[in-house]
Amino acid sequence: MWTHLRSIWLVFLHAFRKRETVLYPEVMPTIPPRWRGRIILSRDPGGAERCVACYLCAVACPVSCIALESAEDEHGRRYPASFRINFSRCIFCGFCEEACPTYAIQLTSDFEMGEYARQNLIYEKEDLLISGPGKYPDYNHYKVAGVAIGSKGKGEGEDEVPPVDVKSLLP
Amino acid sequence: MNVMSSLAIIFGVLAGALVVAALNIWLERRLLALWQDRYGPNRVGPFGLFQVLADMIKILTKEDWIPPFADRPVFVITPGIIVVTVLSAYAIIPFTSSIEVAGLDIGVLFFLAMSSLGVYSIALAGWSSDNKYALIGGLRAVAQMLGYEVYMGLSVMGVCMMAGSFHLREIVEAQKNIWFCLPQCLGFVIFFIAGIAEARRLPFDLPEAESELVAGFHTEYSAMKFGMFFLGEYLGITLISAMIVTLFFGGWLGPYLPPLMWFVVKTFFFIGFFILIRASLPRPRYDQLMAWGWKWMLPLALVNVLVTGGILLAGS
Repeated sequence: MWTHLRSIWLVFLHAFRKRETVLYPEVMPTIPPRWRGRIILSRDPGGAERCVACYLCAVACPVSCIALESAEDEHGRRYPASFRINFSRCIFCGFCEEACPTYAIQLTSDFEMGEYARQNLIYEKEDLLISGPGKYPDYNHYKVAGVAIGSKGKGEGEDEVPPVDVKSLLP
Repeated sequence: MNVMSSLAIIFGVLAGALVVAALNIWLERRLLALWQDRYGPNRVGPFGLFQVLADMIKILTKEDWIPPFADRPVFVITPGIIVVTVLSAYAIIPFTSSIEVAGLDIGVLFFLAMSSLGVYSIALAGWSSDNKYALIGGLRAVAQMLGYEVYMGLSVMGVCMMAGSFHLREIVEAQKNIWFCLPQCLGFVIFFIAGIAEARRLPFDLPEAESELVAGFHTEYSAMKFGMFFLGEYLGITLISAMIVTLFFGGWLGPYLPPLMWFVVKTFFFIGFFILIRASLPRPRYDQLMAWGWKWMLPLALVNVLVTGGILLAGS
């Protein structure tokens, strides 16, 4: 009986506490930088697209909301001819970001994507592609990769040793 | 009193009761939020007051579904019973010395009768739904009501003995010198607890315990039929608060403010207390509820009647 009265009193004292609710449209909540929000496609520091259209994100996606088509340019460099994310299906799990070998696909801290029509939630490549490098400002996939591509020959990348001449016996 | 003024009072009380019942929904949500460090509905209109309106539009436009297995006539009529019984109990409440619908000489008995009749609504709702959860809810309501009705009546006896009347206006006027909550302290506590059980509010809401019975007796009800049960519950809270004020807290009596204002202020204080209790106390087990009622409250109520009667006899 006494504990009941005490709990009634303690609950009453909560009337003078600060309220926890963040009044969202007026006050923006603090979103952590690793928040998994709207998905974007980033560019490398040179301004070229990072995506190499390897389809790993589409394979990793548990709800199959990513659809893309690959293409190759004159240097033999792969890029997505089209890239489409259906955000009405996306569950923002971030598996695509984990799967991406080139840091091209990234999740941002933007969550305000409400729409009145479902069609508006289908984002095409021009909606997804941003002008900057996103979370990894210095990373350029083609500068560290081991393959010869366009301007960069084999062994010319960052931290990359030149290829061994297998015809020579000397080390 | 002529016909026009009685009609004005009748419709005024009716409209007032319904508006306060609707307002209680908003008040409850805001107060629960306050005590849980939240805001509650604060978007629609000033302080979220129009939330009630929005809820009402929603519940009125919902599909009114009657399950094919239900006992149709009983199923349809039961939500009305609770609203009618609770509303008719408002007839005997003296809001001020001049505003009351029917100044019955058996006012207290009428109130007890009407609040007991309300349980038919719940029992029949549970029965006609043909659903085991609803039936268990209805059974619980009947058992709870039987137990708590007994000592609710007994707890009021002390007040009636001190006032020497069942007429609620005379009971209020008998409190000119001292409110009955002081000499009838025990009676007040018992009446308050019985009142919570009567209105089926937490912690005595076992007939509709969500965690065990889905929604209890109104599991199968939807749309406005559910709305009627809801309305009945909030009307019931207001009624019990108004009765507490009338019986134990001097009704409209009070200095400075106009009498009706005093009545409203006191009633809303107790409505707020009902909500505070809901915010703080957990639901007991069913056997604990019954044991508490029969083993503690009933003997205490009897002792209260005995002692009050003894003192009154010795004094006369």
